[in-house]
Parts: sequence; structure tokens; C-alpha cells
Amino acid sequence: MSITVNGSAISLPEDPRTSLLDLLRDHARLPGTKKGCNQGACGACTVLADRERILSCLALAVQFDGRAITTIEGLAGDGALHSLQQAFIEHDGFQCGYCTPGQILSAVGMVEEIRRGVPSHVTEDLAAESIALGRDELRERMSGNLCRCGAHNGIVEAIARTYAEAVE
Amino acid sequence: MTPFTYTRATDAAAAIRLAGDDAKYLGGGTNLVDLMRETIERPAKLIDVTGLSRSIEETGTGSLLIGGAARNTAVAEHRAVRTRYPMLSRAIVAGASAQIRNMATVAGNILQRTRCTYFYDDDGARCNKRRPGQGCDAIEGFNRNHAILGASPACVATHPSDMCVALAALDATVRLESAEGARSLALTDLHRLPEDRPDLETVLRPGELITAVELPSLPLASRSTYRKVRDRASYAFALVSVAAAIEIEGGTVKDVRLAFGGVAPKPWRAWKAEGVLRGAPATGASFRAAADAELEDATPLRDNGFKVELARRTVVAVLSDLAGERA
Repeated sequence: MSITVNGSAISLPEDPRTSLLDLLRDHARLPGTKKGCNQGACGACTVLADRERILSCLALAVQFDGRAITTIEGLAGDGALHSLQQAFIEHDGFQCGYCTPGQILSAVGMVEEIRRGVPSHVTEDLAAESIALGRDELRERMSGNLCRCGAHNGIVEAIARTYAEAVE
Repeated sequence: MTPFTYTRATDAAAAIRLAGDDAKYLGGGTNLVDLMRETIERPAKLIDVTGLSRSIEETGTGSLLIGGAARNTAVAEHRAVRTRYPMLSRAIVAGASAQIRNMATVAGNILQRTRCTYFYDDDGARCNKRRPGQGCDAIEGFNRNHAILGASPACVATHPSDMCVALAALDATVRLESAEGARSLALTDLHRLPEDRPDLETVLRPGELITAVELPSLPLASRSTYRKVRDRASYAFALVSVAAAIEIEGGTVKDVRLAFGGVAPKPWRAWKAEGVLRGAPATGASFRAAADAELEDATPLRDNGFKVELARRTVVAVLSDLAGERA
């Protein structure tokens, strides 16, 4: 029984109280995912579970037996940077960097959601077959990731530039 | 967090067999894990029910049957929900964040507990919901976010769900299973008002499991909406919210569904307002009269009196918009 993290198997914790976040940071020694609030309010702990964005602080690790988790460390391979990571650098998408891994994983998950046609609070036509990633949609879909340094404009720019196929 | 054993149920029957006094069902954990970390909840056993039915299917009678383990996102994005019950899709995506919606289950959303800060403050605040008879610090405290309808001298907390407001408006029924057998309840009958026992939040029997939610066939729901009024544009609980569907024929309200969020200890079906509206002219005056009827017994607290007028105006605005679509 194990969880796959960035392609490697990590055993389930003995203590079921262990959050997925603590498993990643302490057991798997992947400290890229941050513990911002530990209560599901800030989004800094966002990771992908089978490509779907979740909050690892509210996730009990034992619930993820057999699942595949991607953290910031696993986004790109071979010491390269994912194009979104590069965009965060180029477009001033971070200041202290604490929310940044969560922002990036959240954005990756977000793009899959909108491509799949998942509506958001600002989607005007619910029945539309496809939804364009305009600025309003992008901001709304990223609203679960807080940034106390206020790097939002850079974050939005980085995401918009990377996934530019439909951004105004 | 107090220690617990963890098991995963393969189906509803297995889950019920595993249930017991100190056991709780675990869905996405987005509320329960937080409550456990705050030691508000202290189950000795968690039964993971995320493997139970999450299907979303149209039935032979034209109703929509949603498995209790269906994730919130999956319900909001489902084509049948978006086209036949848009208020439900809008209500879900108005709530929480995308990450939370991806994790949260329908059953868990229904059973989530209040976010009243006094309820959460186990060390420093008196709370009759947490410790019956202890008292309620919200009533004389900071109660801007608290209830104006359905509250009692024992508790003024609100039910925080957006999804449930839409379910209440849509006449949703909840399918339950327990050791005593299966039964169905209207969602509007599932949650209790606090009265003198705010610790008893639902009418569920011990070990009773929500297995599904059923939305009846409801043609007027295809033109429906959910409006959430809050301090921020996103990622905040409702001050006031309104779920509405209306059918107008010849300038008269033929049928209507109306429910409020953010204002009561349970998702608030506005029965009185509906009664005023049916057969009335589809005008702003009627909409206002209906809101007045529903809010007549509102009991504002020191900080939340604004909710009465806010609810009134939101009802009028939402119904006017829906009516305008038909002009």
C-alpha cells in the first residue's frame, strides 16, 4: 500500500492522522509544498492528485493509497523548469515565494478544469460547450490561492502568457 | 487531533456495519479533518465512504440521482445539472475554492457544520452546540455573520453551505441507509432548527448514511439562478444568498422556488414567499411583498440587522432578473 509521489512510491504513514502535506514534507522529504494555514484557507499546500488540484493540508494521507501525487518538485524533469515556472520568473509572479508552489500547481490543475469545461462563478453561459480562459475566469479560478505579498498581477500574467490560447 | 482507526468501506452495507458510537463517515475531509484538528470532533474511528456511489444519472422518472460520494466539482460540471438545474451548478461554484470543490463530496457538503467562530473556539468561548448548556457567546458577541431566521436563545449559528440552498429550492430528497433499513427525506426536513438542542443538527439516526440525493424532474428549474452576496468577490461565505426559479405565464407567476443561505441554521426554503408569489403579478411589488412575508419574523442581532434589508433586496433583484429574461 503506497502513494506515488512524483513517480516514486511512498509508504502510507502509520499514524492515520498524518496529512498528505506532512507526508510530502516530512516523510517524502519534499519541502516544496508549503504549510500556510493548515486549515484549507490559503491554498499554499495545493498539489495535484491524479492531475486534479487539491489541498494537501486537509487531505489525510491514508485516503490516497494508490493515487499519484505531483508536487512542485515533480512538475518538470531533469533539472529543467516547466514553462509556467519560467513564466513566473519572467513575469514577476512571486516575491517571498511561499505561496508560489501552490499557485503553480493550482494553475496547472485549473487549466485542465477549464479545458474540460468545468464552469466557474463568473461563467456567463453555463451551457456553453467550451469556456475561454479570459482574465476574469483566470482570477476567479485562482481565488483559492492567497498571496500576501500581492504578486497577483504577475501571477495572472504568468498564467495568461503560458496558456495563451484563449486569453484576452 | 485525537487518535483514530481508519477503514475504507467498499459499499454502503459495509460502511453501516462498520459504524458505531464513536465512528464518523469520512468524505473529502474538507470540513471533518479541520474540525478534528481543532478537536471539536473526536471520532475514534473514521470510515472512508469516498468509494461509494458517485454516479450522476437520469432516472426513468426524469429525476436526477446523484451519489453521495460525488465530488462537488463533478456535480457542478455535469451537463444535466448545468442545463436542467443551473441554480445548483451556480451554487456549487459559488462556494469554497476549486481545490476544496474537487475534494468535497455531496454528502459531506450536506453535513458540514457551522463556521461560527465561537463554535470553533473550544478553549475560549461558550457554545451550546459544542457543549450543551454551556451558553452562547455569539448572541451578545460579534454576530455579523449569524442568523436572522430560525435561530433560538440557545444558538444563532448559520449553515454555511451554498449547494444545500439550491437543493432546498429544488425539492431535493436525500436517500439514507442504516442498520434499520432505507428511507428518504426531503432535504428541507434533514436539518433541525436549534431550538433548545443546537447540538442535534440533523434527524439522522446513529450510523445513518447519506447514499444519494435525488432531484425531481422540475422544468421550471431550467431557468434558475443562485446569487451570493459576500464581503469579497470570491472565496468567502455568504452574508446572504438566494436560489430562485420562476415560471411566468401572461405576466403572472405560475410557479416559483425560492431559498436563502447565510441567514439561518439550515438551508432556508422560503415557503411563505412562494405562497405570496404563486398567482401574483410578476412585478417588483409582488417580489417585495413576498420577501417581506418571509422576513416578517426575522430576529436581527446587534451586528446583523443589515441582513434583513439585504435579503429583501437580493430576492427582488434575483426574481426581477429571472423575470426579465422572459420579457
